[in-house]
Amino acid sequence: MSEALITALLVGAIAAAVPLMLAGLGELISERAGVLNVGLEGMMLMGAYGGFVVALATGSTWMGFIGGAVAGGLVSLVMVVLCVRWGLDQIVVGIGILLGVEGLTSLLHAAQFANTYPRLGKAAAPSIPWLSDIPVVGRVVFGEPYMVYVTLIAVFVAGWVLRKTPWGLAIRATGESPEAVDAAGVNVVLVRSLATLSAGVLAGLGGAYLSLVSSGNFIPLMTGGRGFMALVLAMLARGRPIWLALGALLFGFATALTTALQIFGIDIRPEIVNSLPFVVVLVVLTLFGRDDYLPSSLALPYVRGER
Amino acid sequence: MKPTDTVPPEMTDEHTVVSDGLAGGPSNADDSPGISLGSSRMEKIRRSMLLTILPLVAAMVVGGLFLLALGRDPLAFYATMIHRAIISPSGLQETLIRMAPLLLISAGLIVAFSAGIWNLGGDGQFMLGAALVGGLAASSAEVMPRGLMLVLMLLIAGTLGAVWTIIPALMKARYGINEIITTLMMSFIGVNLASLLVKVMFLDDRPGIQTPRTPVLDVADRLPTLFGTRVHSGVIIGVIAVIGVHIMMTRTSLGLRLKILGANVKAAHHAGLGVSKLTVATFLLSGMFMGLAGGVEVLGVQGFVRADWNPSFGLVAVPLVFLARMNGWVTIAFVFLLSVLSIGGELATRDAGLPNQFGLLIVALVLLFMTVAEYFESRRLRGERTVWATMADRILSKGDAAGE
Amino acid sequence: MDAEAIRSERDSGTPLIELIGITKRFPGVLANDDITLTVERGEVHCLLGENGAGKSTLISILSGMTVPDAGIIRIGGTETSMNSPRHALDLGIGTVYQHATLVPTLTVLENLILGNTTGVRLNEAEGLRRLDELASILGADVDPHAVAGNLALDEQQVIEIIKALWKGKAALILDEPTSMLTPAGVGELASMLQRLKGTGLGIVFITHMLHEAIEMGDRVTVLRQGRVVGTIAPAELRSTDSERLRDRIVEIMFGEEANELSDVAELHVEAFESISQDEPDSGGGPGGQVQSVGEPILKLERVSLEPSQSSHGLHEVDLTIAEGEILGVAGVGGNGQKELAEVLAGQRPIDSGSISLRYNGAFIQIGRLGVHSRHEMGLRYLSDDRRGEAVVGTMSVAINLVLKRIGKPPFWKRQIIQHAEVWQHAEATIKEFDIRTPGPDTNIGKLSGGNIQKAILARETASDPRIVVYNKPTHGLDIRTSLAVRERIRQMAADGVSAVVISNHLEELLDLCGRIAVVSKGRIVGIVENGPNAERRIGDLMVGAFAL
Repeated sequence: MSEALITALLVGAIAAAVPLMLAGLGELISERAGVLNVGLEGMMLMGAYGGFVVALATGSTWMGFIGGAVAGGLVSLVMVVLCVRWGLDQIVVGIGILLGVEGLTSLLHAAQFANTYPRLGKAAAPSIPWLSDIPVVGRVVFGEPYMVYVTLIAVFVAGWVLRKTPWGLAIRATGESPEAVDAAGVNVVLVRSLATLSAGVLAGLGGAYLSLVSSGNFIPLMTGGRGFMALVLAMLARGRPIWLALGALLFGFATALTTALQIFGIDIRPEIVNSLPFVVVLVVLTLFGRDDYLPSSLALPYVRGER
Repeated sequence: MKPTDTVPPEMTDEHTVVSDGLAGGPSNADDSPGISLGSSRMEKIRRSMLLTILPLVAAMVVGGLFLLALGRDPLAFYATMIHRAIISPSGLQETLIRMAPLLLISAGLIVAFSAGIWNLGGDGQFMLGAALVGGLAASSAEVMPRGLMLVLMLLIAGTLGAVWTIIPALMKARYGINEIITTLMMSFIGVNLASLLVKVMFLDDRPGIQTPRTPVLDVADRLPTLFGTRVHSGVIIGVIAVIGVHIMMTRTSLGLRLKILGANVKAAHHAGLGVSKLTVATFLLSGMFMGLAGGVEVLGVQGFVRADWNPSFGLVAVPLVFLARMNGWVTIAFVFLLSVLSIGGELATRDAGLPNQFGLLIVALVLLFMTVAEYFESRRLRGERTVWATMADRILSKGDAAGE
Repeated sequence: MDAEAIRSERDSGTPLIELIGITKRFPGVLANDDITLTVERGEVHCLLGENGAGKSTLISILSGMTVPDAGIIRIGGTETSMNSPRHALDLGIGTVYQHATLVPTLTVLENLILGNTTGVRLNEAEGLRRLDELASILGADVDPHAVAGNLALDEQQVIEIIKALWKGKAALILDEPTSMLTPAGVGELASMLQRLKGTGLGIVFITHMLHEAIEMGDRVTVLRQGRVVGTIAPAELRSTDSERLRDRIVEIMFGEEANELSDVAELHVEAFESISQDEPDSGGGPGGQVQSVGEPILKLERVSLEPSQSSHGLHEVDLTIAEGEILGVAGVGGNGQKELAEVLAGQRPIDSGSISLRYNGAFIQIGRLGVHSRHEMGLRYLSDDRRGEAVVGTMSVAINLVLKRIGKPPFWKRQIIQHAEVWQHAEATIKEFDIRTPGPDTNIGKLSGGNIQKAILARETASDPRIVVYNKPTHGLDIRTSLAVRERIRQMAADGVSAVVISNHLEELLDLCGRIAVVSKGRIVGIVENGPNAERRIGDLMVGAFAL
């Protein structure tokens, strides 16, 4: 395989993996706190839209990411109020959020841009003397858009926070046994609210990556099921950010492989490559999956005194 | 998964917590089967109106604000919407036609949710049923009579939908692996596989076809239409399915077994109900309806399957069935409402020059407001003061400081 | 005022905790009615009362879980609203709840430092130091890095106490802490409380066991139907002998009914030590009763279950139960009782051995039959997990009464439910068993534990029972219901229906059974004929088993 192909493959894998990683990380955190966020796809989509609009207005990719994070966070507030505070069903509300955002972003997009599809400039990437000139590695390791590095840092920070900080401990405990957390004097609603909010923010960033970096424009329904994919990845990661990152990379690689192989003249159906990771996971689950590893209070609302 | 009613600590003797989590799936709390006192029918009607009409109006108002902001006349928009969906004969027909797949999907969801199983893989099951029927129907019509072909196609669609749930079913029954992950994964694979079937196996490769699709089933060979309208008999199949499932759930022993499984797995085990078998049966039945929905949509409306076609009906139906509390009659009403909103919305947005996803926004608002209305109603029933009532009190008794 | 200050103010004369006129109402229940009491520093204050007397509500008010409708709470002389568990902890009140509050997936240390959200990093060093300090006060040996869910129940209890003490620098509240403990564990607990008392801590100890109150309490307050019906001051407690105290408390608890209830297990005064004492106690009820025992009806031969992480399994259990016999199963909780019950009922397949039931004159292997077939053959099971397993709480009383006959006539015909039949059956049963419910269509989860138990009893003993397995049949029930349940077991035995009674209360077994099998770690370590020395011999078997 040529050097160019390998580079394209790896760059493509990372590009496809980052949105999954960000959104999946958010889902993972909220799941550990006991909130199943089915509206993740909607939060991503809102982030993609918000990020795009802000970036277009300010001309800054960074402002765009902030816009995306805020947009995703705002959507997750609906979840915070309805599911965490009022204890309404998380799956029903999540699907409601998804449909609402699909409608809202399409509407706003149509109203603002009619049928013009303005594009953003290319996202900036570092250029380090020497390092960036190394073949393959120079581009893949040292030449990614800045957000890629932010994402990887976020994965490690999240892992550290969950393992080593009081808030991480509270999040882990809340997903397992909210009554124990309450009895220990920690505010369950607050922990879950913050976890849900961070899911919204991270999903918003993931969505913004799609519109700001991957495609450079916003197209209605552009998330195309990535939110659900991230949700599945988060559930499969057994609550470990690092596994999630690896899973996302695997999926990214599969996506990139399809494109790369086609360029290379090997006609393999994208459907097959896209399904392969899931097939592998299902086979592995069938062979080894003997236990359920989701937090035991996932998707159960907590009301003090109801046991 | 609504919170159970508060029991004061004194009344719970052993303080055992059955924290089912996702293992418990959607519960059918408050829904004691069959037996009920003749509690005031009027009160029931009043309640259900309140829980449906009020959210609907609220959603319309919020949607109207968006329309105003976009410089459209909300009243005119809604008038068009209602006219196009219910009043104009062709619109009403469209609405009824849209109900067919939604009803079948809802039937599948009622079975699954009642038994506490979150089958979120409806899309994959639906698409596979659709793709196979799309691929086989046209050629089958050439070699066998129409009636036989239609029955055979429906059987195939239902079977494939059911088959696609076997892996999640066995994983849940054997190892207790959460079905949300497995059904979603199977759904991804299913949608991809369906697309592959359309593009490779069943591709209509005559020249001049732009988007890859399956061969077209002759209009004359599709599901028979009703009373000279365009409405096909799939709607009848859908209504029968929902009512059939409703009767099964409320009157038969199998229905009660499934409900017990959904309400309390440990109790189901204790009562010797054969939890594994019931779980697998639930998945199969649920998947069968999903596949059937795909088959009916192709045999009745589309006549073929295009490569990029995926209406994602499965997802919208989930909150709907849940809000209907798995009641068949209410589900039919909600499906009608949803069809009105989506057909009317599609046509009215086209007239107003808006993207047709605006209809989704209205649907989402209705669903969310209905959920919220449920919440306030359940609090009211539990005798808790609502936030609003407390606030109203506070405002009213402002000057009455000594009253504290 | 912070917790240290509240505790150290011991000479000021203000009591540690004062509750004045506490009232709490739940829909349909007046759980606490104008309760006034005080807790002093360095004193164990026992709250005694039947289930439903209002103890648990009072505890949840003291721990900040429930806010009272009326009344004043003063901590260290200062009035407080106490509206969250956090608030209670900040005031130095730690609580050991009746249900476990450890997060099973976290380590012991993580569980202990869970409430502390200050700082960026988890302060494990500080946590370890404090754990050492508390463990040495309690005289306990704790592995800080063990996963909480893997610990035995008594070990978990110790962690619960340490967790409560972590923040509870002024007062410690224990809600029925002995219910899951071994007799040895109860002794441990008593000495821990002695030591803690010495540090100036105020302790509130909730129990429905009279002997524990007398043994451990410096002051006893008796609750009944949500009210304080009597208090015994420290001076009186110290100066009166336990027999007299017992009579006095029984009188306070039950008023005029005291006499008719005098033989009930929960009222016995023998302390936990009596098990290991040399002098056998004859106060164990009318033990050794004569039972007309017939032919064998059920045989277990070398029945085994593989042990697992959470269970000892069963090891070559041999048992024979005769017609009309009431066989007791004694042992410390979690030693295979539940497994034995479930194996008998058909809820758990056995790994080896055989179970045979006499049916139509011949013994039939039933080891492979399911719950349903065994139920049909007259083998019935009353689970101890009443709300969680035995009934479907969100379904009606009527449906729950036919839960094990789904699909069978006359309630179902061609698999279609016959509402009229189900309804009539329910009405008749409710009347016969005196189940207090608004109606047959009420969700059974809304009934009290006692009424649920009556419904389960009715279901399991309906239509030709031949042998019934009772798992903790009277656990957590009020005294009257307990007596009714026991009477029913006895009556049925007289009619030839055999019973296997599994219980934590030795007194109950001595009252009911002809023979008592003792289980330990999944084995039957001995079978004792009920008689004058039975209690001591059973105790020896249980204790001996501990030493193993």
